[in-house]
Amino acid sequence: MATVALELPRKRTSAIPRSIRRDPPLVRWGLTLLALLALGVFIVLPLVAVFVQAFAKGLPVYLAAIREPDTLSAIRLSLLAAGVSVPLNLVFGVAAAWTIAKFQFKGKSLLVTLIDIPFAVSPVVSGLIFVLIFGAQGWFGSWLIDHDIRIVFAVPGIILATTFVTFPFVARELIPLMQSQGSDEEEAALTLGATGWQMFFKITLPNIKWGLLYGVVLCTARALGEFGAVSVVSGHIRGQTNTLPLHVEILYNEYNYSGAFAVASLLSVIAVITLTLKKFLEWKTKEGASK
Amino acid sequence: MKPTTFFKRALALLAGSVLFGAGPVKLLNVSYDPTRELYQDINAAFAKQWKAKTGVDVEISQSHGGSSKQARSVIDGLQADVVTLGLAYDIDSIAEHAHLLPANWQTRLPNNSTPYTSTIVFLVRHGNPKHIKDWDDLVRPGVSVIAPNPKSSGGARWAYLAAWGYALKKNNGDDKKAQEFVTRLYKNVPVLDSGARGSTTTFAQRGIGDVLLDWENEAFLALDELGKDKVEVVTPSLSILAEPPVSVVDRVAAKHGTTQVAKAYLEFLYTAEGQEIGARHYYRPRSPEVAAKYASRFAKVQLFTIDEVFGGWQKAQKRHFDDGGVFDQIYLR
Repeated sequence: MATVALELPRKRTSAIPRSIRRDPPLVRWGLTLLALLALGVFIVLPLVAVFVQAFAKGLPVYLAAIREPDTLSAIRLSLLAAGVSVPLNLVFGVAAAWTIAKFQFKGKSLLVTLIDIPFAVSPVVSGLIFVLIFGAQGWFGSWLIDHDIRIVFAVPGIILATTFVTFPFVARELIPLMQSQGSDEEEAALTLGATGWQMFFKITLPNIKWGLLYGVVLCTARALGEFGAVSVVSGHIRGQTNTLPLHVEILYNEYNYSGAFAVASLLSVIAVITLTLKKFLEWKTKEGASK
Repeated sequence: MKPTTFFKRALALLAGSVLFGAGPVKLLNVSYDPTRELYQDINAAFAKQWKAKTGVDVEISQSHGGSSKQARSVIDGLQADVVTLGLAYDIDSIAEHAHLLPANWQTRLPNNSTPYTSTIVFLVRHGNPKHIKDWDDLVRPGVSVIAPNPKSSGGARWAYLAAWGYALKKNNGDDKKAQEFVTRLYKNVPVLDSGARGSTTTFAQRGIGDVLLDWENEAFLALDELGKDKVEVVTPSLSILAEPPVSVVDRVAAKHGTTQVAKAYLEFLYTAEGQEIGARHYYRPRSPEVAAKYASRFAKVQLFTIDEVFGGWQKAQKRHFDDGGVFDQIYLR
């Protein structure tokens, strides 16, 4: 068996110098083991710990923690925030990527930089921006109070903050993809008499669909998991303005460790689903590109 | 419908459906860090009593965090019908910066608007391995003290003032020696958390430090949660009478039409039932009858007030905790 195993790689990798393949086994195995160990300690172990803690007091306690009204309200609010911000960022992201990838205009690089701002500033600062603008002492504070409109410390503020921090995900994903595809197919469609919308739905959208989904998945994951910016604008009213991540912190601070980890395990499950979808979509995007 | 009206209505609907939907009267109580468990019980008891009295359902929501941070949120527009904070200065600043309640708010309810009191005690590891008995033991070299940051936490300010008051008394009112003592104490503090609950978790969960300077109620709650085989409460010979006050936020309550129920809610804290719930959560009752009934819960300790020693919160805040104040000087050094 050993000789067969040695035969195969030699044929495939003959371009690589022999010395690289001839590292002493100790080094090869040592490095592999080190990498696996790091992966295990920093990624797998914490994830396992979350689930172990969550189920430490048994399934009934776990289910009770999740069915608790404040937890359900946190789940609803997180879903609402993601449900509003993700479609908004989807429309915005496609429009921005389209503009940037298919047209030449002055100030294009400025626009690209602006899109990246939410990535560059700390989430806490993003949250404070909204308090400074919409807070009672802020620019529009007195006007908002006069008209009885609540933004910060209420649901609209949470949606705004979530939308702000997840702003770049879709656009960032689509810009390189659309740039690499060029506009030949669109031009052909227009020449053949397609209307603008026909061209978009029949040519552009099918071309970018996997990349778009990938962006949406990342955007959703971040929208559900955002802590910093939302924490600043939330006001932390139990059952009303607590999102899932904020609720985890509250439960932990109330000595309710199994509850905190039960809710944290929900977020971990979302993370695992996201990663699986991400992997699948990466594969689909590559497949689409190579066709 | 004009677009702006539509926008307004949509927003109002969105906010309204969450905050002020049809049905029961809703109150928001913005409170400081350690009162979570207390107000869960108070809210349930008050709702029951209010329903029996008026036939109206009342739903009380809670928001918790460091006392000063919570005051800041109310100033920035958090819609609190009532505030129940860690110290009077934080409610003063809501009156001063946002004019949501009159400056004389503290005179409107009995006992300086403080239905329950507390004090500062020490939480030590099981068996008290470092033999911590009184304030003097905290400044010994090699003793690691955990306390929250007086800049952001109400409890931490009470703790700082308690140490200062003890040192003043011990040195016959010598202010310089008191400052020296407090400086030595904070040299022994390795981490300053932003709130009381954060410090408790640092000490209890992360196992850092030999002694935690904490609210009495928070220390006993930690004792109940963690078990007597893990930690012990040590009461010093002298400490401060910590008064966490309560108030209706007049303008917010008036806008919500909740002034009456908000007042009744705070007055409930002074009733025998409210006082008993407080005592069960280790807040020292004001009512002599309830205090007598729960006397065994609270160690006898000599307490001084902030007015006696520091001339009130406004003065103490300016001298010790404002930027460039005494705390900044001693912690930087």
